Amino acid sequence: MLPFVAMGVLSFMQHGGDGSASFDNYRQFFDNPSYWRAMVNSLEVTLTVTAISVLLAYPFAWILAEVVPLRLQRLALMLAVLPFWTSYVVRSYSWLLVLSENGVVNKALTGSGLLSDPVQLANSRAGTVIGFVHFFVMLLTLTIFANLKQLSPSYRKAAADLGAGPLRTFLHVILPLTLPGIMVGAFLTFVLCIGDYITPQILGGNNELLMPQLIMMQIGRRGDFPLASALAIILMVVVTIAYLFCARWLKLERS
Amino acid sequence: MRVLGKLLVAIYGLAVYAFIFLPVVVLVLFSLQATSFPIPPFTGPSLRWYEAVLGDTRLTSALVNSVMVAVISSALAVGLGFLSAWGFARYHLPRAALLRGLITLPLTVSYLIIGMGILILFNTAGIPKSLAAAGIGHVVINLPLCFAIIYSQMGDNQVNLERAARDLGAPEWKVLFLISVPVMWPAIFASFFLSMTFSWDEFVISFLLTRFDTTLPVEIWNLLRSGLNPRTNAIGSLVFGVSVVLAILFELILLRRNRA
Amino acid sequence: MTGPLVEIRQLSHSFGTHKALDEIALNVEPGSYTVLLGPSGSGKTTLLSILGGFLAPQEGRVFIRGEDCTATPPARRPTATVFQDYALFPHLSVGDNVGFGLRMRGVGRSRRNAKVRETLAMVGLADAYSKKPHQLSGGQRQRVALARALVVEPAVLLLDEPLGALDLKLRRQMQDELKALQKRVGTAFIHVTHDQEEAMALADHCVVMNQGRIEDQGPPERVYSRPASRFTATFMGESTLLTGKVQDLGMDEISVATEVGPVAISASGEPGFDVTLAIRPEHITLVDVPPSVALGEAKVTDVVFQGSFKRLLAVSDKNPEVTFIVKVPSNRPVSVGDTVELFCPAADMILMSR
Repeated sequence: MLPFVAMGVLSFMQHGGDGSASFDNYRQFFDNPSYWRAMVNSLEVTLTVTAISVLLAYPFAWILAEVVPLRLQRLALMLAVLPFWTSYVVRSYSWLLVLSENGVVNKALTGSGLLSDPVQLANSRAGTVIGFVHFFVMLLTLTIFANLKQLSPSYRKAAADLGAGPLRTFLHVILPLTLPGIMVGAFLTFVLCIGDYITPQILGGNNELLMPQLIMMQIGRRGDFPLASALAIILMVVVTIAYLFCARWLKLERS
Repeated sequence: MRVLGKLLVAIYGLAVYAFIFLPVVVLVLFSLQATSFPIPPFTGPSLRWYEAVLGDTRLTSALVNSVMVAVISSALAVGLGFLSAWGFARYHLPRAALLRGLITLPLTVSYLIIGMGILILFNTAGIPKSLAAAGIGHVVINLPLCFAIIYSQMGDNQVNLERAARDLGAPEWKVLFLISVPVMWPAIFASFFLSMTFSWDEFVISFLLTRFDTTLPVEIWNLLRSGLNPRTNAIGSLVFGVSVVLAILFELILLRRNRA
Repeated sequence: MTGPLVEIRQLSHSFGTHKALDEIALNVEPGSYTVLLGPSGSGKTTLLSILGGFLAPQEGRVFIRGEDCTATPPARRPTATVFQDYALFPHLSVGDNVGFGLRMRGVGRSRRNAKVRETLAMVGLADAYSKKPHQLSGGQRQRVALARALVVEPAVLLLDEPLGALDLKLRRQMQDELKALQKRVGTAFIHVTHDQEEAMALADHCVVMNQGRIEDQGPPERVYSRPASRFTATFMGESTLLTGKVQDLGMDEISVATEVGPVAISASGEPGFDVTLAIRPEHITLVDVPPSVALGEAKVTDVVFQGSFKRLLAVSDKNPEVTFIVKVPSNRPVSVGDTVELFCPAADMILMSR
């Protein structure tokens, strides 16, 4: 707990100041448009990543849970999350290999004549998003799969018995029942994504900054711990708001 | 129509697998590259970068550091997590819910922020950056996880087992070591394993809290500064290989346990 | 309409090497209450799954209203199922749960609402329309599940251990309600249970199953008083079983040489035949009320007081392998270690081939 207290206290101090407290660091965040920009970038990237990951992972988890034969499911799931076991830093680096100007994707595209010039995938927001989505698709596949397997098979039977086809069973029964689980997964994605420094630093390039990069810059280059603390606390507040939003939504669903 | 649907499902499933495996395959493939750029065309196979990596004392010592930090910090995190879970489950503490919330709070906060908080605390306390500092950081991030896993497994059943032991005349410390710990063994093992993998893979906290002696992820990060480099591929593939072997071992042990 | 409502012909189904159903043949009459009774693993739930369309049988056919429904999916067959765990959709209100089937059939909102309310009223839950399933008690959920299945007006209602999750008292109460409801709506019910009291209380037609076969079927009174097999005699109520050989043939009378001596009853049979005699516990008496058959002396080994009667276990003096199960009035003084003389009216002995 102590680190948080220290950070909270420090966020009201000044870099190289005399130790008197003020809201200057927070004011600085709201006054300086480039800081604002980092927050907006962070939110945009995080929401995009969360949305794409859920949309990609849900059908995939569904296929694993429903289409793949039962005795192969464990193996299929293990395979699907195997790249989890690469180191996080290495995973981002691998995407750099894949997406860079001379990387596999660009070579394939230009080599096959689909494109005349390589597209910029690495060192851009697209790179960051792809790197993130890769990680979170695996995570969400795992959580949604668990969710789908938890559903009692008699729900599906009951829906079929009452005359619902596969599509309507899914829309009216399966989807609403797995929604709380999806929300939990999406929230986890949001939290992990908005606080991550590695992926945007490796794949995002220098064109735009996200919040974690901004915080790291204050520490690394300028040694401005008070400002970094203030930014960190603002980030935590955003996460808390997201949490409250999700929690309320989940409660509504239950009652 | 049905055939088409099945085809679409198969294509989608395979496409997602391809997306998931693409970077790993590229990583491993170009670690075998014979020339000095891990980009197409493939010129291998060659093991020269593996030799280079294993001969690099900085990397090998970082590897040893990583293992040490992972083992020691996980052991500490599991021990503390177990004791706090045990305390919460046995005794009615005032404001237990609030305290529990505080213990699990770091789960929702980014590692960057935790690392920074610890850095600030250590700076003010005058503790220098070191491997031990990074280890403490890892205890901080893994303790909530161990607590959550072990606490969730401590049901009423557990309480009754301990009551039975006390009823039969066991002193408190014997209850703890002869009943509680053995019964909770699967949860303890699982949280130790998870802590190990998190600590092993953790970058930001180690990056902030170490200086010269550092852990493997930080050393890999330093390698990245030199751009695309097959050495990075080689060390990355090695780490991946080791992790996969450990994961499979873990899975097999769990499977055995479930069958038994 | 002529012929049975449901006709099952030569149904067999295996899971791996385990034969779950073995050449089942069964007819269900319109408006009847059929109970499938058997221990777990007897195949009764498999049979119900096949009737509901959740499982395609490996061999045999199922006809409903004369139509071959063997391969018809659940949505398109005139059956509705009440699931063991009720399977009420937790995200939908009670009203939406009950209306689900109508909605899937494209029934308009106003007509749907009216029918849902009417059906809910019928099961005594008129005011639960907008509640969520988790706000209801076990018995209420059971009724919602019933309403949800009945509202689509199935020709056959299938109930899979519907009372299994309820406590004993509620179970007996729901039994009465189920029976009354069935008489009111006139739909044929097929009900699976392992509780023989439940089966006797509910069934017009009782089907006793064991190891994938039908052991016996008929009105519960008949199945109880004249069980067709040893299994039925011991599963549907208790019995003392005596085995022996048919010895001699008189005028409509045979003598069976049992473990406890010869027993003469009026029946016909071939000499030398192996037979079993089953005796219900309430038919054994401690006093000789002619015309009774003497069963010899026995030593009481266990006395359990059960309110209106006492249940005794007594080991025969002639053959220690025979243990009699006896019900005596609870005011009769008897205790463990007593030696008693046992009798049974000849007419109450049930003769079965081995």
